[in-house]
Amino acid sequence: MGGRLSRRELFRLAALGATGAAAGGVSGAGLMAGARAARASAGGSGGGMLAAAGSTGLPQAPEAHGAHEGLGTVGEVELRHAGVDPMRYLTAFDWGRVSRLPSGQTLREYQLVATDREIEVAPGVRFAAWTYNAQVPGPTLRAREGDRVRVRFVNAGTHPHNIHFHGFHDAAMDGIEPIARGRTFVYEFDAAPFGLHLYHCHVQPLKRHIHKGLYGVFIVDPPQGRPPARELVMMMNAFDTDFDGENEIYAVNTVPFYYLRHPIRIRQHELVRIYLVNITEFDPINSLHLHANFFHVYPTGTSLTPSEYTDTVMLCQAQRAILEFRYRRPGRFMFHAHQSEFTELGWTGFFEVIPDGAV
Amino acid sequence: MGPSERRRVVLYGLAPLALLAAVVVLFLRYGPLGVFEAAFPPVERLTVERVVLRDGEVVVHVTNGGPEPVTVAQVLVDDAYWRHTITPDRTIPRLGRAVITIPYPWVEGEPVALKLLTSTGLVITHDVPVAVASPAPDARYLATFTLLGLYVGVIPVFVGLLWFPFLRRLGRRWTHFFLSLTGGLLVFLGVDTLEEALELRAGVPEALQGTALVAVGVLGTLLGLTLVVRRTARAAGGGAAGRLVLAYLIALGIGLHNLGEGLAIGAAYAVGEIALGTFLVLGFMLHNTTEGLGIVAPVARDRPGLAHFLWMGLLAGAPTILGAWLGGFVYSPVAATVFLAIGAGAIFQVVYELGRLMAQQAGDELMTATNVAGFVVGLAIMYLTGLFVA
Ligand SMILES: [Cu+2]
Repeated sequence: MGGRLSRRELFRLAALGATGAAAGGVSGAGLMAGARAARASAGGSGGGMLAAAGSTGLPQAPEAHGAHEGLGTVGEVELRHAGVDPMRYLTAFDWGRVSRLPSGQTLREYQLVATDREIEVAPGVRFAAWTYNAQVPGPTLRAREGDRVRVRFVNAGTHPHNIHFHGFHDAAMDGIEPIARGRTFVYEFDAAPFGLHLYHCHVQPLKRHIHKGLYGVFIVDPPQGRPPARELVMMMNAFDTDFDGENEIYAVNTVPFYYLRHPIRIRQHELVRIYLVNITEFDPINSLHLHANFFHVYPTGTSLTPSEYTDTVMLCQAQRAILEFRYRRPGRFMFHAHQSEFTELGWTGFFEVIPDGAV
Repeated sequence: MGPSERRRVVLYGLAPLALLAAVVVLFLRYGPLGVFEAAFPPVERLTVERVVLRDGEVVVHVTNGGPEPVTVAQVLVDDAYWRHTITPDRTIPRLGRAVITIPYPWVEGEPVALKLLTSTGLVITHDVPVAVASPAPDARYLATFTLLGLYVGVIPVFVGLLWFPFLRRLGRRWTHFFLSLTGGLLVFLGVDTLEEALELRAGVPEALQGTALVAVGVLGTLLGLTLVVRRTARAAGGGAAGRLVLAYLIALGIGLHNLGEGLAIGAAYAVGEIALGTFLVLGFMLHNTTEGLGIVAPVARDRPGLAHFLWMGLLAGAPTILGAWLGGFVYSPVAATVFLAIGAGAIFQVVYELGRLMAQQAGDELMTATNVAGFVVGLAIMYLTGLFVA
């Protein structure tokens, strides 16, 4: 800068100075010599962030507290405003109303109602969402391969919506025709192929209809089923609260940092199966990284043979994977997006592994 | 006016007010704006007025300059949610202020990006381009800013006053040349100050109407000072005493201008802009020396006591020190805008008084070749010495 600064620039600087800024800082003389860089104060108080799940009396990982001191939202989302109870959502499967067709085929009937609803996507932050059955993500629909699936869709929202199911179906059931507000449409098809799928609104503008909340998980089990396991649904989603095409919030199952404050309990040695779906809008990819463990990956769940044994998986938008793993040691273990930015914007949590024999 | 007549006047005065109140109530209750309420998102405007960086801590001062209360729901630093406290409250009423304290391990020399996420999902962003610890008002900084003010403001003005013996020895025509020259200097400074005030108003919260603030500051000072001068000058009479009052006024106007200069210097130094140092200080010294000349020009033919020179020099120069302190420690865009607007108003008032003095002395022969030349030379001097700091 060396004297090339005009008086006008000086005044602009003054305005910046008010805000702790300098334009292209060159520091020279002794005046600023005392200005030191701040040091991260690691350790110290554990922070109120991990208030929950201390009840098991487990050996907890203190470094996990210290390392994330400072990070996170302030306050709690009120679950009745959240649009989803992240803990319940993990294991809530809608198998539909079951009956038998004359052919002997199993018929599963579901109802999805599109509504407008304001949800709380971070403590104190409201979001004008569009929902299936008043929740974001919509309910997890589940069927067995070969079942007849009949979904009655009621559009009770203020805009045209519809449902596009991933999987096999007729052209008429493709779910790209908008269903006007107040109208009903019935989607009907045979559940196939088996795997982990997705359903979402397919009305233009697509970005808006999806990121405002019209999406959910559609699981088709293989005819012979999968081995028994603790099954958890994780929808990697995000919210652009100011509609500028960039997300302010990243999460699994809508509420940022939720499983950090309320770790997910699993048992030592128990088989855990995660149905992982990426519906993140405005970012092409998302990922999951598991601490202190590796998992088997079944891409899209369409094969019963895992393709990979890893600790990090990356999914494009709408890509899915089933992950299977067991924890050999009890304790608290982190999982999160391995894009640090997503992690620090809310997509992070803990598994609390309860030792064998503990209640 | 009888008592009944007086009552009638009061009644006639109040009746429209009562009617207006009734209309306001009607509007609020049955007004047509309900149509818009659902259609438009709330208007939320938070202005970040000052960010103080301390060891491992970022302190953000915000003002709500929008029409409605704003609730800061969450705070993001460098694209990460960060825990924080807000005093007095998360919800900031219209024109209310709040202080957000974030324990954040910022890194010296790197930028800090702040985002305030409001309850409606709106994001208010504020960037600190280069993080530097904010100066705490300790003795070392105080001494540094005082020295800066002395070098840039006080010393040059006193040096300028030393032109007095020179001016004394000149004839009436040359005295008028230098008075015109003073007018040129002042007009230049006035325009400069006004421009700076108008530039700074961008940082003023919207509800405080920066442009109007500048207008009120300039015109209020100009008219207010004119009234004061009317009274003082009438008391002082038209002769030497009147000219001395004018000299003091010029010193005051220049002092207010220098306060603004000090503000800018203090704030710039506070954020580590030290490298601009020596050369800029020298430029300011040269530039401001001419201000001393302007102060003594009206009294060139009189014999004011030495004490007067001392006081006038302090009046014109010392505010630079005060400005540097304010700029370094408690800078606010609103205060700076107001200070500069007042400075501009004072300077323009002084130009007006100067013109009156010369018109009185010269009859209607104000636009002589000498005077016009003096005025232009005054502008030119300011322009040329200004190049050293431009
Ligand atoms: Cu839609």
